[in-house]
Amino acid sequence: MHIVVYGPGCARCHETERVVRKVLAELQCDADLQKVSDYQAMVAAGVLATPAVSVDGIIKVSGRIPKAEEVKTWLRQEP
Amino acid sequence: MASVTTDQPAPAHSAPPPPGRRFNRTLPQLACGLIAGVAWVVVYANLAGVANWAAYDLAGLTRGSHLASAVEFFVFEAPKVLMLLVLVVFGVGIVRSFFTPERTRKILAGRRESVGNVLAASLGIVTPFCSCSAVPLFIGFVTTGVPLGVTFSFLVSAPMVNEVALVLLFGLFGWKVAALYMSTGLLIAIGSGWTIGRLHLERHVEPWVYQVQAGRAPDESRLAWPDRVHAGADAVRDIVGKVWPYVLVGIAVGAGIHGYVPENFMAAIMGKSAWWAVPVAVLIGIPMYSNAAGIVPIVQALLAKGAALGTVLAFMMAVIGLSLPETIILRKVLRPPLIAAFVGIVGVGILIVGYVFNLVF
Repeated sequence: MHIVVYGPGCARCHETERVVRKVLAELQCDADLQKVSDYQAMVAAGVLATPAVSVDGIIKVSGRIPKAEEVKTWLRQEP
Repeated sequence: MASVTTDQPAPAHSAPPPPGRRFNRTLPQLACGLIAGVAWVVVYANLAGVANWAAYDLAGLTRGSHLASAVEFFVFEAPKVLMLLVLVVFGVGIVRSFFTPERTRKILAGRRESVGNVLAASLGIVTPFCSCSAVPLFIGFVTTGVPLGVTFSFLVSAPMVNEVALVLLFGLFGWKVAALYMSTGLLIAIGSGWTIGRLHLERHVEPWVYQVQAGRAPDESRLAWPDRVHAGADAVRDIVGKVWPYVLVGIAVGAGIHGYVPENFMAAIMGKSAWWAVPVAVLIGIPMYSNAAGIVPIVQALLAKGAALGTVLAFMMAVIGLSLPETIILRKVLRPPLIAAFVGIVGVGILIVGYVFNLVF
């Protein structure tokens, strides 16, 4: 599984990365986490508002910090 | 509220609790909401009496003293503004769950200018926006057929006309000033976006911007009602949780000015007769950065001491509408001539508003 956190480096983006990392550790999930702060890549992925998170190329949240519960459900949906 | 419609299909990407569980939870939540609403009204209606009691009976201050008038101001205004803030941010949080940036872009794409400028400025009020998203939003808009001028109408209105500013203006000045601020803010956004569109400044956008193939994200705006109520609660936690210290500090400074600065102290430097006050206020305000929560209580105190309304509102618009950090962020996508045009045109718009207010009031 490939998770991407999009954000130019604002406080909310760091918080988002922290939430995702925490859930990954909690579920002992070996997904790889990538941080993208390049605007071109961000827009190419369809992100209009940061922070945003995508799982396997599908944007799950944008413009807000996801809750840990939400992150868990994204991870569980995948095999 | 329409929480009856809980058995709507939930969005695919957020995990809904099983339907039965959700229904069982809806009724108690509705009851809690109702109780909270009633409590809100009762407390709000009695704030003035409580403030009076706290300043004179509890703290035993002398009526008419500097300290008493500062304390009474603070004890009354601080809870009042915070309560209004909670209520309005909650409401706006729900409204915003209907207007994601994706949806706004869809509405604006391919619009003619003028109609597009009006729409963009209006959507700027209700679309969630933070200045750290300005760049991806800008690229996402201009590469999918939203005209440059229309994009600017959005970028001007989104930070300047926001619910926090409007609540504070309403709470501290009344609905007339809040309505005036909102309408003139929208006019500035529409006018400056339209002007930028007429000047055909597309060549001053960094060339790489138009080469980006913008992807499209799914639209999050299809949610069930309980999710929208949660979005409102999240907004309260997020926004009020962030701005309350500014509100308190702002009101405390306001209270200090209220109690200790002599009446009409500001009349000479920020009053109507000083023609140069508006441009100076705008020039000082442009590089400054503060959110509305911090600036409005100070503005209120300045006004109470004889500063002219137009001058003060122009200052406030310049502070929250234009800022050095935002222009630095936008430099990534805009070349200096376009940044200068943006700041200059919006600045002139604010200047006009300031003078018109001073003339009318």
